[in-house]
Amino acid sequence: MSETLPLSIQNNRRMEKWLRFQADRTVKLAVGKVEIGQAVLIALTQIAAEELDIALDRFVTISGDTADAPDEGSTSSSQSIEMSGRSVRLITAEFRARVIDRLARRLNCSPSDISVEDGAFLLDDEPTGHDYWNFSGDEDFAADISGTAQPKDPSTYKIVGKPIPRQDLKAKISGAGFIHDIVRPDMLHARVLRQPSREATLASYDEAAIRRAARGEFQVVRVGNFVAFVGADETTVQRAAVAAPNHAVWKNVRQLTPAHQEAAWYATQPSDDRFVGDPVPETDAGEVVTATYSRPFVAHAAMAPSCGLAEWRDGHLQVWSHTQGVYPLRNSLAEILGLTREQIVVRHAHGAGCYGHNGADDAAVDAAVIAMQIPDRCIRVQWRREEEFAFEPVGTAHMTRLKAVLDASGNPIDWTCEVWAGSHVQRPIYGGNMLTHEALPNPPPAPKPNDPPEAAGGGGTRNGTPLYDFPKKRIVHHLSLTTPVRTSSLRGLGALPNVYALECFVDELAEKAGVDPVAWRLAHLSDPRARYLIENVAKRCNWADRGPGGNGKGMGIAWSRYKNRAAYAAVAVEIEVDQEIRVRKAWIAADAGLVINPDGAANQLEGGLIHAVSMTLKEQVKIDGAGIASLDWSTYPILKFSEIPEIFTEIVHAPNQPTLGMGECTFGPTAAAIGNAMKHALGVRIRDMPLTRERIAAALLGG
Amino acid sequence: MSIELTVNGQTVSVQAAGDTPLLDVLRNHLELKGSRYGCGLEQCGSCMVVIDGKAEYSCAKDVSTVAGRRVETVESLLDHPLHQAFLDEQAGQCAYCVSGIMMTAKALLDANKSPTRDQIVAALDSHLCRCGAHPRIIRAIERAANVLREGARS
Repeated sequence: MSETLPLSIQNNRRMEKWLRFQADRTVKLAVGKVEIGQAVLIALTQIAAEELDIALDRFVTISGDTADAPDEGSTSSSQSIEMSGRSVRLITAEFRARVIDRLARRLNCSPSDISVEDGAFLLDDEPTGHDYWNFSGDEDFAADISGTAQPKDPSTYKIVGKPIPRQDLKAKISGAGFIHDIVRPDMLHARVLRQPSREATLASYDEAAIRRAARGEFQVVRVGNFVAFVGADETTVQRAAVAAPNHAVWKNVRQLTPAHQEAAWYATQPSDDRFVGDPVPETDAGEVVTATYSRPFVAHAAMAPSCGLAEWRDGHLQVWSHTQGVYPLRNSLAEILGLTREQIVVRHAHGAGCYGHNGADDAAVDAAVIAMQIPDRCIRVQWRREEEFAFEPVGTAHMTRLKAVLDASGNPIDWTCEVWAGSHVQRPIYGGNMLTHEALPNPPPAPKPNDPPEAAGGGGTRNGTPLYDFPKKRIVHHLSLTTPVRTSSLRGLGALPNVYALECFVDELAEKAGVDPVAWRLAHLSDPRARYLIENVAKRCNWADRGPGGNGKGMGIAWSRYKNRAAYAAVAVEIEVDQEIRVRKAWIAADAGLVINPDGAANQLEGGLIHAVSMTLKEQVKIDGAGIASLDWSTYPILKFSEIPEIFTEIVHAPNQPTLGMGECTFGPTAAAIGNAMKHALGVRIRDMPLTRERIAAALLGG
Repeated sequence: MSIELTVNGQTVSVQAAGDTPLLDVLRNHLELKGSRYGCGLEQCGSCMVVIDGKAEYSCAKDVSTVAGRRVETVESLLDHPLHQAFLDEQAGQCAYCVSGIMMTAKALLDANKSPTRDQIVAALDSHLCRCGAHPRIIRAIERAANVLREGARS
């Protein structure tokens, strides 16, 4: 049985880890997945409320707390509802069944005679005087979860499937709600003078000059090559940190050039080469078509620079972080600081949307290192904007070369996807380093190249295998042994560049065959859920009337199933191209199985689309000198309000299908739909992202 | 030095160097945490406040320049139709950008209770949102404008 249990339950078997009934007639639901703007907590609470038949407003849902909530790893990869949601459903269904079974024995009736109304048990619709609060006991909470209870039939749902508003938004628009807003007794503000690159050493710094610039009281904490400015006045330490890089002399600083910012750089580097898919020889008979696509390094670029708080008191370290994983962060802290895991508590506090592994964990380590030097005070580290851009791990550049062997009718009979990329995931649990750790005495060894295995959806290979009915498919993955700057997980990992390549290449093959791109896709695709979405979106965008194009207005379409096993999405876009591309309208059709909260789902689908429009049209991390050179919103522009398309969203109603994570499913299709619309609008194909004014001009001149 | 200003209708006196950013004064001296640090460069709009009726960045504005002036922050909007409209539309994902956006919307609606969609969008171009909640944010401002107009008629 245990093999089929979600990992979340396997790692947290006792009921009391998840569920507690409190004297004030509330229910405490504890989960390991954390709120990162994706409205996960209301969705998980809806699932629990549904199975237990308890009103939503009785729930107190806590998440991400090593002292008080289960370990569910990292909040990533669109797994929150798929994994945590499935776990919460199994756990609450089992708790309900357990308690009702016992009550039925007490009342000498059948469990099916007992119903639940807002937590109170009724027998044949009459009150029994028993409820969860007075009838459940230690034996229920101490029990191991078996995962064998039968959850409710989805057709009976009253709470799941409803657009219930989330609970955290009110505070966030009322002047609080974020980690940045926490005020603790005796709090000190801190800023860090960052080591410019791994292995750089601080030769000297002019403390007097920094103090003159700061114009206030602060202390300097130095541990190895880690330097922090700490004081009661935030403005003062901020001034110190702004001035400090100009008054510090570093040795052994990495030197990079703009050549490092292009995906093609990876093709020149030694790599760990892997092979996925059909191990058969490539077919030689037929026409061979190839094309190479790329996405550059991209930033998470959260609206809020990272923040961390830490207190070292009486041999215990308490840390607040907007990390995606409190337990992995606790374990890293123990290793870095030489403490036991039991000495450390990490609590999640809400931050800005992160879209992957950004500076959150590093800021928490900063705060902890300082707190160990200044005991009995709360240390609050706030990264600066340029610090976030310069030092957060970025999404790796990624190049995909596709090769199709075509039969006489133009149908692919053999398909090879070749990928060159750096590590798509470098969380410390996968061999990556905490930034701060590299500045401390005895720094860790250089990070090892790493990518998630195929069983976890792959990284560079994610969505590299087409779901079309091609007879032979394979991936060759060149995982670069080094990256010019630190890279780690960013929304969808390799899915966006791979879907961009795949779905643009499909349009190229359709054009070559003289077949309409929608018709070509349908002719090579048997999955009925995918076919439905493509037909749905084509109908809604009036695909049949899109015209021959070439006049600066274009329409494009693309689809994918995220990770080839999570949610499906098809996207169509209508664009206008003058000197730049403007996406005017976008249509989404998505199938994520059972949808827990349709409003939250639409928000994720549309947010993913807008994020992808921004990435496709504008985003590229610039690299020069010691590292990242795009350090503000003018050198790393993102989509503005005036550039947002009108979006039309439709979600398939499929309550009997398992829930599929959807936070990343519109991401790749949106990028490819834009690439295809660009070809339709002006007759040129741009294979390297972002599709900037310069690239459009070059393509037009070259074409 | 001591600087006097009006914040959300109350006259306050703060002890701060004249070149202290207004944002730091609001967040740390007055403990009004709704105005947020995003860039310190007047690029993202997370720190937006209303000063004498006009939406302005507070992150790089010396507090001395607002002496004697009226400053409004998101904490003053709890009973304003914008607050409920943003909840009704669930107009945010992470919502870090939202309190600044609400202040630009407040200044816009104070001056014009019937803004067109284009006018709303133009006003919001001083802001960035990374999560892609833009359509909801625009809808929330349109909803608040409707409520204000209906209130004015009744």
